Amino acid sequence: MRWLRRIVIVLVARPLARVFTGADIVGRERLPLKGPAIVVANHASHVDTLLLLTIYPSKALDRVRPAAAADYFLKGGPLAWFSRNILNVVPVARDKVASGEDILAPAREALAAGDILLIFPEGTRGDGEAMARLKNGVARLAAAFPQAPIVPIWLQGAGRVLPKGAHLPVPMNCTVLVGEPLHWGGERAAFMEDLRVRLEALHALAPPQRWT
Amino acid sequence: MDVIARFFSGQPPALLWGLGGVLGALTLAVAITWGLSKAKPAKDYTNLRQRIASWWVMIALLSAALLAGWGAVVALFVVISFIALREFLSLAPIRREDRLIVFVAYLTIPISYGFIVADTYGFFLVFTPVYVFMFLPFLMACIGQTRAYLTTMATFHWAIATCVYALGFAAFLMRTPLSDGAPAGPAGLVFLLLVATEANDVFQYCWGKALGKRKIMPTVSPNKTWEGFLGGWATTAALLWFAGPVFTPLSGVGLAILAISLPVAGFAGDVTMSAIKRDLGVKDTSGLIPGHGGILDRVDSLLFTAPLYFHILAYFALDHF
Repeated sequence: MRWLRRIVIVLVARPLARVFTGADIVGRERLPLKGPAIVVANHASHVDTLLLLTIYPSKALDRVRPAAAADYFLKGGPLAWFSRNILNVVPVARDKVASGEDILAPAREALAAGDILLIFPEGTRGDGEAMARLKNGVARLAAAFPQAPIVPIWLQGAGRVLPKGAHLPVPMNCTVLVGEPLHWGGERAAFMEDLRVRLEALHALAPPQRWT
Repeated sequence: MDVIARFFSGQPPALLWGLGGVLGALTLAVAITWGLSKAKPAKDYTNLRQRIASWWVMIALLSAALLAGWGAVVALFVVISFIALREFLSLAPIRREDRLIVFVAYLTIPISYGFIVADTYGFFLVFTPVYVFMFLPFLMACIGQTRAYLTTMATFHWAIATCVYALGFAAFLMRTPLSDGAPAGPAGLVFLLLVATEANDVFQYCWGKALGKRKIMPTVSPNKTWEGFLGGWATTAALLWFAGPVFTPLSGVGLAILAISLPVAGFAGDVTMSAIKRDLGVKDTSGLIPGHGGILDRVDSLLFTAPLYFHILAYFALDHF
């Protein structure tokens, strides 16, 4: 399945990302190529995952795994097969938070195995403009792996290519802005605030690929 | 080998010499960059190197298309129009409700270029400025958002008229029949348009670097100078005057008008796109071409030279149009 994943991402997803988004990337050299590492991005569209997977060089690709809501992506059917085998998602059972189950266990396992985890800490897709409140899960993972770099990424424009609820993708240029990595400093609120400030700073640098 | 030899012997000699000349000029640029980096090792020539590396790719693509024939050139320009339009519509102020209009704007590409494939000049000529002009605003009215309606409509028209319609004229030259007497075939016509337009950019830049003092449009393009503009104008006009008869059926008054007007059109296209970029608050329209920026940054002059070049040829020399 690893080969199928590589083929689909390199030969299908990459050309698609090029046509639909232009896949511009600023700060490519800051992209972590070795795990354990956590890539943290804002979320407005399914295109976000596509973009993050396709900007990775083929060599590092096997290690890159997006965290995904189990209740949406792994419900069953073709989407679940695709999510498991092509996206190679790390499931997050966000609907089981209240049950007391350790919903971050699969993510910890992945990081322990040396994977590069892609996380959208808003927890769901936003409207592509303002960033929603960031959930603390990323801080708990950072605390568990203090040696792992946390790399903030701002994805500009993806929410226009395929907004939440839309079925017809429309080609629009997107820009991936990769920021400087940060590390766990020992304090949750300060870490989350630092992360948010860095994401907003990248947002401020993004080209005006937004609705007016 | 036989196949290759036959392929090249079937090409107009002037076109092959012309393409060879471009490759020679590029090799010279590589040599100069190498010399500069040896002479001043402290200075960073990364951007210049990237620019030249990108030129190799662009020239390889264009040469291959010109040698392959009209179908390949039209296909290449479809791709250029698509990327240019995508860059423009992604940066321009467009409302959330206009997502469908963006999609429809892309549909003008297959239709407009379809008229080039079908070789129906009249339809091509009226489609964008008449029918797209009426249909898009109607569709926008149907969607029902009237806030910034007029400015958004103008944005779409400008985008389609330049990225699709204007560039289409360059591709349409490839449909010139052999009976119209272009000495290096239709590909020679397109070749001279591209060479003169890009050379004009380069000449203006070089003259500006060498002698530039008086700013010509400080609020729009602060690096452009009168010296660069006039030097580029004279040099490109001379290039067109001498190369024109080799690649086009033009001579006398027609050739003189082309030589005098094309460099001005190139400058106009360049500064017009600069004004738009300044309004949008961006330096480059994307990061697609290393060292150059986006496709729109590269074809800005061509947006204005292509229709002018086409119409001067059509009026003075080509019976087909």
